[in-house]
Amino acid sequence: MELWKSIPFVCILLPLGSAAATSVLKGKIAKRWTGFVLFAVSVLSAVFEVLMRFYGQSYTYMMGHYPAPWGNEIRAGELEAVTAGFFAFIMFLSYIGGIKKLKEHVLSDKHNLYCVLMLLLDSALMAQVYTNDIFTAYVFVEIMTIAAAALIAARTRGRTLVAATRYMIMNLIGSSLFLMGIIILYDLTGHLLMSNMHEAIDTLAKTGQYKEPLTVVIALITIGLAIKSGLFPFHKWIPDAYGYSTPASQAVLSSLVSKGYIFLLIKIIYRVIGLDLYKETGIHNVLFVFGLVGMLMGSFSAIKQNDIRRMTAYSSVAQIGYVFMGIGLGTQFGMMAAMFHIFSHAVCKAMLFLAAGALVDASDHHDEFKYLRGSGYRAPLAGIAFSIGALSMVGFPFLGGFSSKLNFALAGLEYGGIHAVLVVVVLMASTALNTVYFLKTVITLYRITDHAYEIPVKKPEFLFRVSLILFALLNIGLGVMSQYFINAINRGIIMFG
Amino acid sequence: MLSMLGNYEEIAAMILFGIGFTVLLLDKNMIKKIIGFSMTDSAVYLFLAAKGFIRGRKAPIVVDGVTEMGAYIIPIPAGLVLTGIVVSVACSAVMLALTVRLYRRYHTLDIDKITRLARKEEK
Repeated sequence: MELWKSIPFVCILLPLGSAAATSVLKGKIAKRWTGFVLFAVSVLSAVFEVLMRFYGQSYTYMMGHYPAPWGNEIRAGELEAVTAGFFAFIMFLSYIGGIKKLKEHVLSDKHNLYCVLMLLLDSALMAQVYTNDIFTAYVFVEIMTIAAAALIAARTRGRTLVAATRYMIMNLIGSSLFLMGIIILYDLTGHLLMSNMHEAIDTLAKTGQYKEPLTVVIALITIGLAIKSGLFPFHKWIPDAYGYSTPASQAVLSSLVSKGYIFLLIKIIYRVIGLDLYKETGIHNVLFVFGLVGMLMGSFSAIKQNDIRRMTAYSSVAQIGYVFMGIGLGTQFGMMAAMFHIFSHAVCKAMLFLAAGALVDASDHHDEFKYLRGSGYRAPLAGIAFSIGALSMVGFPFLGGFSSKLNFALAGLEYGGIHAVLVVVVLMASTALNTVYFLKTVITLYRITDHAYEIPVKKPEFLFRVSLILFALLNIGLGVMSQYFINAINRGIIMFG
Repeated sequence: MLSMLGNYEEIAAMILFGIGFTVLLLDKNMIKKIIGFSMTDSAVYLFLAAKGFIRGRKAPIVVDGVTEMGAYIIPIPAGLVLTGIVVSVACSAVMLALTVRLYRRYHTLDIDKITRLARKEEK
């Protein structure tokens, strides 16, 4: 076997091993090492993406000494490669963008532990993307949950502690359901590897055996992962968790953690259950409806906020709704739109949170809108980045958000019937609401104020600037080159099936 | 109905799962929530262990030279239970640590009261 096929394995193991090593390193060395590892993983993932494009098919990679139905496996196709590349790169940029704020928010002797959490999260994300074994997926889901809860609580304030606790409770509920689902599925099929499970489920579906248990399993897995990723009625923990933690955590949590679960759900739908059987059970309709409601309710709640970070957090609720609406359509086009939105939202939200952090710092550390007036002049780079992010969220052409909204509308129209009307109307309403709160914020940022601010504005740190500029370029790149990514996702989904 | 009685382990597991899940979701007390979570996960492991055991077969360790497959059970469910227990212990530990921090700060275990206090503290 070629050496490059080990890249996914390295991408999982390198951060996992470094996480153990980082716990005994001193703060500064730990931070540098973590930055290096995250960078290495993103470069490796990018190289892997290019290689997979030329390789043109998927492959499985045996972990350990036991071959397929018994051992553990990694599976890589083009969709996994693109997703892992995006996730790793956003992880790295969020880390370098928020690393300087750690001094203010985290006790100085705990910096290495923060790095451990970042590395664990990176490893768990990679593992969720690449794994072909459903129980391994569960274990890494839990690792991600614990790491994310600790990332929220890393900034010691009352509200972050409460937010972390609420996050843990909701996530444990979700994982319990997910675990029950996969255990019953294991009981029905006798396998843990996704490909073998899929064969067994196909046989069961053809012979009509265990119809009810299969429906229950699909419901349990779907609802479990939907709760974990914060779909609308289960979103109460999102604003506090995203709103009060340190910027690096905010960026990573809002853009990657919930997306990891959604990617796992899409992978399970295709690789384990099969799209046709999934649609037969009708569970996608539940996701569709809650996605639509979430799109509207998230936006309404965002309008009511008078605090820039909570507003951005509520906007995440709406965006998760978009993704689940795409999955809920249950067509390949819908899945593609959902996957593309995962990318465009991840790139955008991480940048928005990093920029919002800098804007708040330039306004005497107040995050209410009335203090933020004119902060676009005091922190110019952050102001521009926030504006680009806001425009992308609103769906301005040449930015990522435009292509994803277009994809959703086309996916809805392709489906036809009442779904098409619902998708287009709700998409329009939600976009209008997005425009209200995001453009309102951008206008606030550039309003001239005569309020005197105490804190002299420092020049932003080099790493922070690099991170914001790269994020802005990524946003524009996603918009301009959207067809490239759409084709890659489409090929990847076909490889799934 | 009789077949359900035969599966009493699974039924017990499901009832426990329901109880634990309800407590985890609805109880205000943090410690009770953690107990509920432990019950939920234990119920899943009980279900898995019950499914993985076949009466009359032995653990797959060859000591008396019997090598036919029918004499032994598959060891994977037991392995999964062990892995799962490790995971849920880690989750309980994180929850307990958070509860200790919250209790030191707000001197109560009621999550609703804690949320109110945290909001008031911020203002």
